[in-house]
Amino acid sequence: MNETIVSYLSQFESSEKLIASINQGLGFDATGIVVFVTFFIAAFIMVNLLAAVGGLGTYAERKISADIQMRQGPNRVGPYGILQFLADGVKMILKEDVIPAASDKVLFTLAPLLAIIGVFSTIAVLPWSSGLTLTNLNMGVVYLIGVGSLVGVAVFLGGYSSNSKWSMLGGMRGASQIISYEVPVTLSVIAIVLMSGGLSFNTLVESQGGWPHQWYVLHNPFTFIGFFVFFIGMLAETNRAPFDLPEAESELVSGYHTEYTGMRFAFFALAEYVEVFVLCAICASLFLGGYKVPLDLGTGKLFIEKMGVPAVIGKNVGQFLQLGSIVTKTIILYYVVIWVRWTLPRLRVDQLMTLCWKYLTPIALFNLIGVAIWMYAFEGHSVWELLASLGGGHGGGHH
Amino acid sequence: MTPYECGEIPVGSAWSNFNVRFYVVSLVFIIFDVEGALMFPVAAVFKKFNEIGEGGVLLGSLLLFIVVLVMGVVYCWKKGDLDWVRSFQVSEEELARQQEG
Repeated sequence: MNETIVSYLSQFESSEKLIASINQGLGFDATGIVVFVTFFIAAFIMVNLLAAVGGLGTYAERKISADIQMRQGPNRVGPYGILQFLADGVKMILKEDVIPAASDKVLFTLAPLLAIIGVFSTIAVLPWSSGLTLTNLNMGVVYLIGVGSLVGVAVFLGGYSSNSKWSMLGGMRGASQIISYEVPVTLSVIAIVLMSGGLSFNTLVESQGGWPHQWYVLHNPFTFIGFFVFFIGMLAETNRAPFDLPEAESELVSGYHTEYTGMRFAFFALAEYVEVFVLCAICASLFLGGYKVPLDLGTGKLFIEKMGVPAVIGKNVGQFLQLGSIVTKTIILYYVVIWVRWTLPRLRVDQLMTLCWKYLTPIALFNLIGVAIWMYAFEGHSVWELLASLGGGHGGGHH
Repeated sequence: MTPYECGEIPVGSAWSNFNVRFYVVSLVFIIFDVEGALMFPVAAVFKKFNEIGEGGVLLGSLLLFIVVLVMGVVYCWKKGDLDWVRSFQVSEEELARQQEG
């Protein structure tokens, strides 16, 4: 059964009343249409919010990098320069759209669209809270890995179709880098799937707990290493420094988007920043407990049963707490990503491949075996539960 | 004008012959990607099997699968397909053998 945001909303009385009144007004059963419109509005809001987050990401990047380098950063447009990304966006739209004469024009126009589609399709399965999930696809992880690969295709097509040496080198590097790092990332995701026993994101998150010791990152030593493997692979998949070889400005000008101008360039930039945010959210859901809140506050039971809050308010407050939980984790990861970019120097292309194939992939394979054996040997108990049962001596700790 | 990285000549169309390393990497990737796709179903049911006491079967098959895969990695590694910069210098022994033959 696929749960969506619509099925969450439909549990409240007011939405039933609304549908009933609409049905009465129209004179026929319009439930299907209402559901579709609700879903469309929700998806529309999510896409636009994520686009704004991508814009704010560019602002955050510039402000944090300025902070690290003891500069001011953007501070002219709006208070503290926070509207800088809107000014940049307007500038991008007004720029001339140049398509090189020697390029492959169909692929040249297709590539930025593929990047945008690939990134924005991933938000369909992102779990922002137990209710605020556009669709809880029952194989969300596989969907996400599949759709996320579109970005690699876009990078390669952008580089190939430009018919420029710099773009070609950037695109080739980008394609090989993205597909290479997909291997350790996929392997560490499989290890998490193995522990949670489901492919949907709600299953993955619900099998963790609110407190840090219930998160998968601290579940056992193998997942602890797996978290770092995933994080490094994530940096490389989004072409972030120190893995930003496809757009290494000192040698390739701007890499695969050298020939792009105006809105098409903005699409590539936006896709990159949104992808970083999306992957941080995925990292938070897989390893850092996702939207879970301590003390089971997320379901709102405490408010409803102990404090006598009405069910509608209690449940929705819980949802907002869950949203706050995952957004906080995502933003912290996002900050770390930017921090890493301005701290570490860029790798060489052979070092990049060595790191992926000779270090991360064997480590990820080892982790997968380790997690499987751990699950089999200790019946899925975490390190803390085992320690508690050893120390407490009353068998199974608090279980 | 000197050839650029990967032996690229700076002038002319970009659609020309390219370094074969990228091709080898994508070939190796395909093996791992298919393997990842095949392991997802096993991983998804592992917990359920473990709860009814049949986890050993899945663990065994998973281990067998990964061992075959690791053998593939070791083979690629030995052949030097995982090295980006591959040395084409012939060792002295091999040179002597070639001169003899």
